[in-house]
Order: sequence, then structure tokens, then C-alpha cells
Amino acid sequence: MAKRPESIQRVTAPLRALAQRFAFLFLLLAAGTVLMVGKADPQIFDRARMWVTDTSAPMLEALSKPVATGAAIVDEARYLVNLREENVTLRKDNARLLQWQAAARELAAENARLRELLNYVPAPEAQYISARIIADTGGAFVRTMLVNAGKRDGVRIGLPVVVGEGLIGRIVETGERASRILLINDLNSRIPVAVGQNRDRAVLAGDNSSQPKIIYLAANANIQLGAHVVTSGQGGVFPPGLPVGIVGGTGANGIRVETFVSQSSLEYVRIMDLGLAGVLDEAPRQDQVRQEAK
Amino acid sequence: MKATVWQRLDTLLRNTTPVLITLCMVVAGVIPIRLPEASFIVPMLALMSVYYWSMHRTELLPAAAVFVIGIFQDILTGAPLGLNAFILLGVFGICVTQRRVFYNKSFAVVWWGFMVVAAAALLCEWILMSIYLEMFISPKPALFKYFMTIALYPPIAWLFVRIQRSLPQENI
Repeated sequence: MAKRPESIQRVTAPLRALAQRFAFLFLLLAAGTVLMVGKADPQIFDRARMWVTDTSAPMLEALSKPVATGAAIVDEARYLVNLREENVTLRKDNARLLQWQAAARELAAENARLRELLNYVPAPEAQYISARIIADTGGAFVRTMLVNAGKRDGVRIGLPVVVGEGLIGRIVETGERASRILLINDLNSRIPVAVGQNRDRAVLAGDNSSQPKIIYLAANANIQLGAHVVTSGQGGVFPPGLPVGIVGGTGANGIRVETFVSQSSLEYVRIMDLGLAGVLDEAPRQDQVRQEAK
Repeated sequence: MKATVWQRLDTLLRNTTPVLITLCMVVAGVIPIRLPEASFIVPMLALMSVYYWSMHRTELLPAAAVFVIGIFQDILTGAPLGLNAFILLGVFGICVTQRRVFYNKSFAVVWWGFMVVAAAALLCEWILMSIYLEMFISPKPALFKYFMTIALYPPIAWLFVRIQRSLPQENI
């Protein structure tokens, strides 16, 4: 390629530098504008965001597999090392659980008799959608995760997400192939809960740390360390009775809850669908009716 | 000598390497690693990449690419759209204008510069998130992330240096 004559270069070079600087400032301004627009109308970018997430979902799925396999190998090694101790502990647990099983059977029978007496109408059965976590947020101030189940698997906004031990969070965005979970630790997460034996009503608020705190508790409520925290079902978003954690500290820091679920061990999660209307639904009823009609 | 199709493709790939590397760093930052408090441990890889490449090969990392990469990172991590774009562009601007300060200086100076820039970036992110959410956020989660980021800069930079050596010479 022939070099441009020097005279033209002398003119275009400063112009090009100016254009570059102008482009940089323009882009900086554009980023600030996008931030402000997103604050004014949070839903405006939702479709674009989910489109990008959907497109990246297959790649994220493929990439998260090797790390999961590596973690599984480390777990296997650790498991083999602790085999004997674990065996002893498990035998003791087994004996204790057998006693609980007998008690549970008696309680179930009594429950059935009482229900018959009261003509009790049972709550609707939950349907579960299984999904795998394909992306953990890398941000310092955001606690969300991506899972590989989307609208085509029946996921809707607002559905609670659980694992065996308890509640993790709820769905806040769904695309065709992937969805985003807002964890209970996140700043924006507010969950109505019931604390302790008295089932005092309160709200579990996350603050980006590993121990969310309890707010809006009645002044005369007496909360003790170790009290169980479960969802209260108020607002219709979460079904009642989902285990959340136990009270871990009641100091000056506020009442902190140690969640049952430790996020580092999350790989597979279950999304609960109870057919509840809730306060967050967008247009779920038609989809459900259409699916049932099929 | 007329370049063949393969040579031109090779040149094209080498010229887009910094952009591709930064994109890979963004994706690497969100891969789930099953360690406790993983979210606090993962360093800000995209920040390292933008800092390094905007200082050493500015012409291969245009501002528009940094903007798009920032938006992509916002979407993947669930942050408010535009937050990381703004911060990465800020880092890009600082590096491009301060290039001459770091020209031909030792690696320790570059690393020290990174510590300052990373601190400014995290401070900016904290302020913007606090304003965005209209509440006071504890800065503690960011502190650990900051130390991990500056501690892991040398090995990542070493990797970048190796990659840079394989790129075509810049025509100043």
C-alpha cells in the first residue's frame, strides 16, 4: 500500500487524534446515559439482556463443565481420605434417623386422621424444574447466578429456587435457554420469613455478605440464637415453610442468619413451580393454560 | 509480496487478539468455581486485560471495543447495564493518556500503576452502585477482591507479554 503524501498526513494526523478522543468521550457519555436510562426504567433493556444471555448460554454451559469435573475429582479424593470417620458418623446418624422415621410415621397417620375430620383441602403439589448453574457472577456488589433452564423449560419470573437443604433465591430474568437467579444474599433480595417457634413475621434482607440479616421484626419479639428461619408465604411469592437458615448472631450488627445452603457447593438446583399468582408475574396464566391444553 | 488469504487471515486474527483476550477474561470471570466465597476470590480479569493492552498496544484495542466488552460484562454478571462499560472506559482513558509515563519503565512501576488504577476503578464501582441502589453498601466485599486482583496481576501480565511477542510489530 503506497504511503500517503506527507502533507496530507500532517493534516489528517491531528484530526484523527481529535476524532479518537471525541469517540472516547462519546462512548464514556453513552455508558453514563445507559446507566441512567437503566435506572429510570429497569425493564427497558431486559429483552436485549436476555437475548445476549441466551446466546452465551451454550458456551457458558460447555465451559462450566470442566471446572465442575475438576471440582468433582477433588471431592472424590477428599471423600476417600475421610472414609473411615465418615462411616462412624453415618452409623450414628442412621440410628438416630430410624427413631425419627418411626415418630414421623405416627405423626403422618395422625395428620391424615385430623385432615379427614376437618375436610382439609391440601395445598397444590409443586412441580420442579431441574437446572445446572452455568455462570456465577464475578461482581463484588451483585449476587446472581445463571442457570441453563429458560422459558422453553417452563421457567417464569418469580419462581423460588431451592436445593435439598433450603432456599437459594428466586428467578428474576428468563430467556429461552437460560435464567438468572437472585440469591438471598444479594442487596436487592427481600424475603418474608417466619422466625423461631413463635413464627414471628420478619423480612430477610441480603447485603452482599454471606449472612443476610433480619429486618422489620416486631419490637417485642424475642429471637434466640439457633432459631429456625423459614419462609412465611406472605405476599404469595414464596410458598410457606421453605427452610432458609438459623439465627447465627444477634449483636450490634443486626440479627444475622446463617443460611442452610452454602453457595460454594451449588451445582444443580431445582426451580419450584406451584402455580401461584404472586405479585411479580407478567403473563403466566396463558402459557400455563396453553401447556395444559396440549 | 502480495499477502495470501491465509496470511491476511493470520494478520486479522493477530490484530484482534487483545479484544478476544479481553472477552475471554470476561467469560473466565463468571465461570462457577466451587470454592467458598468464590465471588470474592475471582479477580477482575477484564480490568487487567484492558489495563495491559491499552497501555502496550493501544491501536489494537479501540474504545468502541472496550465499550462493547463492558456492556457484555454487565449483561453476564447481572450488574446495572453500563456500569462496567463506564469503568473499563475510564481505565482505558487513563492508560492511553498516561502511556508515556510507563514507557520503558520496569515491571514493578507498571504493577504499582495497576494498583492505583484498580483501586480507583473499584472505588468508582462502589460509588456508582451506592448511587444506583440509593443505599449505603458495605465496601468490604470489594476489599478482598482488590487484593486478589493486584496479587494476580503479575502472572496474568506475564501471559500477556508472551502473547504480545507473537503479535506483528506495531507500525508507529
